[in-house]
Amino acid sequence: MKNRVWINLVMAILVAGLFLTVSCAKKTIVSDATTIEDQEKAKLEADAIAKAAADAKTEADRIAQQNLEDQMAREKAQKDAQILAAKKRFQYEDIYFEYDSSELNDESKTGLIEKAAWLKGNNSTIISIEGHCDERGTTEYNLALGDRRANTVKSYLVNLGVSASRLKTISYGEEMPKDPGKTESAYKSNRRAHFAID
Amino acid sequence: MVSFTMNKRYCSGDMPNKIILHTLFYFMIGLLFFLPPLCARDYDYINVTNPFLKKTPLAVTDFKTFNGHEQEIEIGKTAIAILKEALDFTGYLKTMNPVAFLSNPAESGIQLGEINFRDWTGIGAELLITGGIIEAQGKITLKLRLFDTFNAKLLVGKIYTGPQSQVREMIHLFCSEISYQLTGKWGIFNSKIAFVSTVNGKKEIFSCDFDGQNIKQITTHKTISLSPSWSSDGKWLAYVSYAKGKPDIFIKNLEENRGSIIDHKGMNISPDWMPGQQKLAAALSFSGDQEIYLLTIKGEIIKRITNSLGIDVSPDFSPDGKKIVFSSKRSGTPQIYIKDLESESLIRATFKGNHNTSPAWSPDGRKIAYVGIENNSIDIFVMNIDTGIPVQLTMNEGDNEDPSWSPDGSMLVFTSTRDGNVPRIFVMNASGSEPRRLLQLKGKQTQPDWSLPK
Repeated sequence: MKNRVWINLVMAILVAGLFLTVSCAKKTIVSDATTIEDQEKAKLEADAIAKAAADAKTEADRIAQQNLEDQMAREKAQKDAQILAAKKRFQYEDIYFEYDSSELNDESKTGLIEKAAWLKGNNSTIISIEGHCDERGTTEYNLALGDRRANTVKSYLVNLGVSASRLKTISYGEEMPKDPGKTESAYKSNRRAHFAID
Repeated sequence: MVSFTMNKRYCSGDMPNKIILHTLFYFMIGLLFFLPPLCARDYDYINVTNPFLKKTPLAVTDFKTFNGHEQEIEIGKTAIAILKEALDFTGYLKTMNPVAFLSNPAESGIQLGEINFRDWTGIGAELLITGGIIEAQGKITLKLRLFDTFNAKLLVGKIYTGPQSQVREMIHLFCSEISYQLTGKWGIFNSKIAFVSTVNGKKEIFSCDFDGQNIKQITTHKTISLSPSWSSDGKWLAYVSYAKGKPDIFIKNLEENRGSIIDHKGMNISPDWMPGQQKLAAALSFSGDQEIYLLTIKGEIIKRITNSLGIDVSPDFSPDGKKIVFSSKRSGTPQIYIKDLESESLIRATFKGNHNTSPAWSPDGRKIAYVGIENNSIDIFVMNIDTGIPVQLTMNEGDNEDPSWSPDGSMLVFTSTRDGNVPRIFVMNASGSEPRRLLQLKGKQTQPDWSLPK
């Protein structure tokens, strides 16, 4: 019976060994599987990086494109604004006169040289030169004075090379003051030639 | 004087021809002194252009009511109110307060012979008006008389008949008769005043009676309309409007729906009718320079009146139509000039001040009213053409512009900003006294033009 015990013991050891062997073999396999997983992950990561890079490039291209477009739009807007500003300056910057005078002073002449330049750059426009007066003086006299102011401005522009056929004149006398006040500064701003684009 | 020459004749005796000439000469001089008052005495009780004129006290009595019914009494009261208002509007009559009256012609009789003139001279009434009214089936008859109380004399006696709506007109016709008797002129009572008003927003042309009543809108261009001018017969009105985009002259017949437009290139402004003619003077700028032309009502140029570099504007005909007064800047500053249309001779009329414009020739042909600007102050002046001496009529009362004479020369209508710094229409006596506001319209009122009586 003592032998049986030994056999059983040996058997047990063997089985245990077998088990251990089996477990060892299994471990190797598991290790291999891990490698495969790592490789797959690396590949995925590489793919992701590549994709991100591609995306980034696309985005960068898009931004660059956008920037370009923005800049173009900005430049266009700026140019438009400049044209508009020039047009507005043409329309809203009046030429001023002394009291009871239709003569042009140096400042008025400088203003008219700019007007002439604009007119030459905008060949298709036809404009009305409006002559205005301050309220001092009678209605009829001021109508005549406004007429004279408008005509003086027209002649000066024609001398600067603007075609007379593009320049109409009209007098409003004291009928349309820019500033209805009764101060010297109001009178000054009302004695003017105004430009209207038809 | 005549007796002096007779003495001389006895002394010398040898030159009969010369003496007769002398006698004639002195006789003529004598006539010169005596004739005008003799001629004028018939009706020139009042010289309306005298600046030191004292108002004549006048008594307007209650009207006799022939049927005596309610409506007759009421219309009679209205007629008296219109009559008194019209007479007080003149610068030379003053209606008296009835409280002082000692007798009542409405009861004692309204005819010469029935009036006790001592009752009137005693209270200082130099003139007396009595009236009678008959109302029958809507028809009104007014019997109106004007008496000279000191001479116990009937000056005007008139009977008017018409519908109740024409009572105001009948009273004003009687006032014109009074004016003619007292001043030798038909007066203002059937005249109208055209003017510019912003009462409905834009500047439009309006008209009213001499006393500011009966306001009518004439234009509806809904733009800027300016410078109305009556034709002599009061049937036409010329004015300036931007209705076609720029200042053109519009001619409108007020009785028939017709007219024309003067629209030369440039401005067409400041129209004035030639007295008694279908012609106008106006300032046009088609040549590039503002010049005055004589035009037909269709705008055809009959004659160029001015020819000088610089502004020529605001023509106004002399009452005989032979001359034109206008503003010109030919000497550097705007001044008043007179041009004879036939001889083409030109004289400068104003020398005082640096800005004289808007001339208006008086109906008697002797004076010119105009606007002068000195030290930023805009005022009305009147200048005697013979002496050249200007008299300032407005002073320290806002800006005063656009003078226009009443048809009898007794008053001026003008624009003033004295009332709240807004331009409004005023009248004053020709001497500048008694300025008073004509219209109570809202907005700005400018550029009045007084018509001749119809």
